[in-house]
Amino acid sequence: MAVGALRPAATVGSAATASAGGGTALRALLRRRTAVLGALIVAVNLAVAVGAPALARQDPQHLDVRVRLAAPTATHWMGTDHFGRDVWSRVVYGARLSMIVGASVVGLSFTGGLLFGLIAGYYRRLDNPLMRIMDGLMAFPGIILAIALMASLGPSVLNVILALGIVYVPRVARIVRGSVLVVRETPYVEAARALGGLDLRILGRHVLPNCLSPVIVQGTFIFAAAVLGEAALSFLGVGVPPQIPSWGNVLAEGRLYLQQAPWLTLFPGAAIMAGILGLNLFGDGLRDLLDPKLRGVHGASREA
Amino acid sequence: MKTYLLRRALAIIPVMLVVATVSFVLIRLAPGDPASVLAGPDATTEDLAQLRTALGMDQPLPVQLVKWYARLAQGDLGQSIFLRRPVVQAVVERLEPTLLLTLWGTVLSILIGVPAGIVSARYHNTAVDQSFMALALLGLSIPNFLLGLLMILVFGVWLGWLPVSGYVPLDEGVWRNLRSLLMPAVSLGLVQSALVARITRSSMLDVLREQYILSSRAKGLSERAVVYKHALKNAIIPTLTVIGITVALLIGGAVIIETVFNIPGVGRLIISAVLRRDYPVVQGVVLLIALTYTVINLLVDLAYLVIDPRIRYTG
Repeated sequence: MAVGALRPAATVGSAATASAGGGTALRALLRRRTAVLGALIVAVNLAVAVGAPALARQDPQHLDVRVRLAAPTATHWMGTDHFGRDVWSRVVYGARLSMIVGASVVGLSFTGGLLFGLIAGYYRRLDNPLMRIMDGLMAFPGIILAIALMASLGPSVLNVILALGIVYVPRVARIVRGSVLVVRETPYVEAARALGGLDLRILGRHVLPNCLSPVIVQGTFIFAAAVLGEAALSFLGVGVPPQIPSWGNVLAEGRLYLQQAPWLTLFPGAAIMAGILGLNLFGDGLRDLLDPKLRGVHGASREA
Repeated sequence: MKTYLLRRALAIIPVMLVVATVSFVLIRLAPGDPASVLAGPDATTEDLAQLRTALGMDQPLPVQLVKWYARLAQGDLGQSIFLRRPVVQAVVERLEPTLLLTLWGTVLSILIGVPAGIVSARYHNTAVDQSFMALALLGLSIPNFLLGLLMILVFGVWLGWLPVSGYVPLDEGVWRNLRSLLMPAVSLGLVQSALVARITRSSMLDVLREQYILSSRAKGLSERAVVYKHALKNAIIPTLTVIGITVALLIGGAVIIETVFNIPGVGRLIISAVLRRDYPVVQGVVLLIALTYTVINLLVDLAYLVIDPRIRYTG
């Protein structure tokens, strides 16, 4: 793949201007074919998620035991599962669930991570205790912590979002704190402080905007990891309740009927792969643009 | 150096305290009274009362927390409700498949990832590099459990070459054991090798841009000597970090893969514990995994000292 190739200093320069002019940044992003491909895949995924009610051929929870485990036909494009539910409709609604979970986990982990990261980075006295707590949370492999939280919270969409959100808060906080430590020493922050600016105002107007680009890059990868995480939790039977259409749930059924009904595995599997691939391609492009230092390092950190 | 080692080892203590606290909180997050949660649904009223006193549930929360630390310090993780034996024992019984699976997964991810990364960096921007990186991106985009399912479908169901699921313990023969772990280990390791390859490549590229590489080329060293002798040594550090992360991720991955292939390991243990609401087991397994993860990261840090003589931590 061409992303991550050695590029002349121009890219580095555009990174500096990226936060200044949205137009140049967008144009630079559009020049990267792989990033555009990624954005396209993400857009299709989003469109499917939004248009799920129109695209679905029937209610994804509609049971029809007469056609259980039916192979793909003109009526059931992706076949049916062991309750006779239409796999196409479930995959389409699964896309919707994935997008909801991904976006919410990003929102939740950003809120918590920015809050803790800003506080830890800006207030020296709180740095150590806060970051030790974050380290402690990061001592659990992501999926393990998520499983443990799901055990206590019980299966539901909201709890999946909550569990995965908690997993990614410390990861965001660590990145934010790192940037704050640099930004807080800059002359303009010092000047703002000398002018008697309130902490809240300095943090909000001067520190926060200059810490955002590495976090935004991380956001696409957290999105991807959250989609994977939801699929994994649901696949294990500890995520979204089984009747709710989710890619992981369909795959969990698919595992039981691998011999009789491989379509239960193949179609949702292809949907997950395409979804994650799109996010990764887009994220790689965004990272090259906003944060050239990190080139080639991340990729959906599959920690969920 | 000694102070560094000591400090690094001591730094584990706050982390483990947080880990212990989190696991304490987990039980209290569950709906209902912690004692009835811990005792399980079949417990009688006397059982509950007994457990409450035994666990000191009648005492204030901070006291309970301190007692919980003390119990953990003695290695007491409590009793499994469902299996009716100590959690530690239940974990030890299930350890073999998980350890072997993680081990083979790690070996595979390094054997595939590191060479692929080096070759990609050496033939930077060529078709070789681009196809390797495209493959790596695909690898990052396929969940390991999906790869596992696809492998079962192709090699187990359609071709019939390998057993579709199950685990043969080591003492029933090394060969049969390996055969039963082949597909699970490949689904874990192959996916992970993508990450290892990407990081190896990017750290090799960073090193190859350095001045001393230019000078070794200028003095007429062969490309081979430059890449493998001079660059590789310096590129191995970030790769080592990844391998540390990889082992940890593979522990998480093994939990999922065990479900795919029906392997009776620690992963199956925790998942069935979640489904049976056997909280002490969930709590104990989670704690042990976090401890393992932390120790691995410490070992990785220490390995830097051995590999890179420039790193001499002072103070």
